Amino acid sequence: MSILINENTKVICQGITGNAGTFHTRGCRDYGTQMVGGVTPGKGGQDVDGIPVFNTVGDAVAATGANATMIFVPAAYTADAILEAIDAGIQVIAAITEGVPVLDMVRVYEIVRERDVALIGPNCPGLITPGECKIGIMPGYIHNKGSVGVMSRSGTLTYEAVWQTSNEGLGQSTCVGLGGDPIVGTSFIDLLKLYEVDEQTESILMIGEIGGTAEEEAAAYVAEHVTKPVAAFIAGRTAPPGKRMGHAGAIISGGKGTAAEKVKALEAVGIEVAVSPADMGAAVVRAIAKKA
Amino acid sequence: MKIHEFQAKELFQKAGVTVLRHMVARTKEEAAAAYDELGTPLAVVKAQIHAGGRGKGTIVEVPDQHGVQLVQSREEAAQVAANLLGNTLVTIQTGVEGKVVNQVLIEEGCDIARELYLGIVLDRAVQQPVLMCSTEGGVEIEKVAEETPELIHKEHFDPSYGLQSYQVRKLCQKLGIEGASVRIADRFMKALCRLYVNSDCSLVEINPLVVTSEGDIIALDAKVSFDSNAMYRQKEIAEYRDLSEEEAMEVRAAEAGLSYIKLDGNIACLVNGAGLAMSTMDIIKLHGASPANFLDVGGGADKDQVTEAFRILLSDPNVEAVLVNIFGGIARCSTIANAIVAASQEIGFEIPLVVRLEGTEVEEGRRILEESDVDIITATDLTDAATKVVAAISG
Repeated sequence: MSILINENTKVICQGITGNAGTFHTRGCRDYGTQMVGGVTPGKGGQDVDGIPVFNTVGDAVAATGANATMIFVPAAYTADAILEAIDAGIQVIAAITEGVPVLDMVRVYEIVRERDVALIGPNCPGLITPGECKIGIMPGYIHNKGSVGVMSRSGTLTYEAVWQTSNEGLGQSTCVGLGGDPIVGTSFIDLLKLYEVDEQTESILMIGEIGGTAEEEAAAYVAEHVTKPVAAFIAGRTAPPGKRMGHAGAIISGGKGTAAEKVKALEAVGIEVAVSPADMGAAVVRAIAKKA
Repeated sequence: MKIHEFQAKELFQKAGVTVLRHMVARTKEEAAAAYDELGTPLAVVKAQIHAGGRGKGTIVEVPDQHGVQLVQSREEAAQVAANLLGNTLVTIQTGVEGKVVNQVLIEEGCDIARELYLGIVLDRAVQQPVLMCSTEGGVEIEKVAEETPELIHKEHFDPSYGLQSYQVRKLCQKLGIEGASVRIADRFMKALCRLYVNSDCSLVEINPLVVTSEGDIIALDAKVSFDSNAMYRQKEIAEYRDLSEEEAMEVRAAEAGLSYIKLDGNIACLVNGAGLAMSTMDIIKLHGASPANFLDVGGGADKDQVTEAFRILLSDPNVEAVLVNIFGGIARCSTIANAIVAASQEIGFEIPLVVRLEGTEVEEGRRILEESDVDIITATDLTDAATKVVAAISG
């Protein structure tokens, strides 16, 4: 098995007729994902490479049985698109869009936490179960079906981590890019719960970065509830305080959210922390050896 | 996005949050006139820069002048304004280079009974905004949070419903605000929380928040910053932006769709993706050198953007070598390779350039670089790249 998505997942793209939406719908379909439809209000009845376009998510779900979506609509409309997907009963929502106002996400999150839905992102690369289903913008070919659950707040750094675990001969179960914003739908802890009970996942690699306390919370959860080997890397040891490092969520404010604090919390509970970003794959191997 | 204190106070006034009478001056004559206009014997002159710690900060050109000073005559107001205006204020938050003071705020004095602290931020762990108050006003709140966290009182609120009266009463009890002042606090705190939500703020901070002898509650200071992602729907606030307060190269980079932050090392880096860009800085440091910048060219970087990125990197006189680290996803290595070749033809590289490419269309990218006449040190992975770029500056 894997987590969240697999070969049976039926995916639609909200914003399918935009440049990015069309491009990545093709990319996902070519990878082997069941891309069953798309949504652009007012363009229902058209198609993109034979993939039908609907006016609403509700129409798309009724016609195709879709249970997952990837969202490429502009930032100003992303909150609305997420809420529409939840309303239509979609279970896995990957919001790729960058630049969503944070208070929009506060309001969306009020709804998300009351429903049985997994929102990934926003401002994320999406998620992939290698060989089965890719929902998002990551390059599919670097992934190999395998045993490492990879979860990350970053995009390209995740590719780096995936590539390293592939080089170690481990491969990945499911990789999830949580997104670089201050508030994201799915947290490290949400995924730790899923990886812990997933049979295919034998080890977990967590890639964090400066800002917030998500890594510290994850460390506390690992100590109590996770039996599988966990390795981690924290980006931004050299980041200056008070500066937003590209991601809206990557900022050290009031002396809080530093890499040093996070590394300390992770190491305190026995998580194998990679000091160098070149050492992420090897850190997973060490974490596995430690538990063996 | 940050704004000045006088702009924040303008927003406070519009929102119904009490501030003292004040005026803004850009010359010493204006400062003297403002003192007369305010008409109170005691006034305060405050330097307007986008950084805290002004009261303890000092002026480079007039070392015994602090950024905030009480004045008791029009002559004194003019003198302090003359000391501040056009000069550079260095505070714990500005870095050693400081910031030039282009305007001062002159405000009437008031009868302070107590100094409190009030702040509103997003609590990322709870995923809601939180109003924080403390009896320990007028001092560094980070220090209070560190040493005596029990003195900081918090109430979270849902942006759709706003802060509730019972929450204000709870806070008042802890702050020792009593009697008629509770009703004043209710109006004051609710108005601030509404401002935070309606204006897409990322921070509202008042330190000190003053309770007067008459029981009135006043924002003596005002620090407000905003969620840059929401500025498309906050047109009036976007007008407050003061580009002179921002690093010129960072502004230029943003205009080109690049995310750039200047640092003080000597190895420049050009990377796709924020996480990988931070990691590249980290690995340079691990190999004993210092990064000159953070630079994320993003996923859709084209030739023009990459060329502009190189221009920005090379404009920093401290830079002795450049490390390009690309893990192609959406961004194709071939596009980046073509951009490197084009940029080198346009700008010309006189310092070592180490390039590490991986990911989408990597073979094509490497071939383009090999076949060009650009002098490039190629690297196979992150460690190799860091080793080679550090060797390049020490050799």
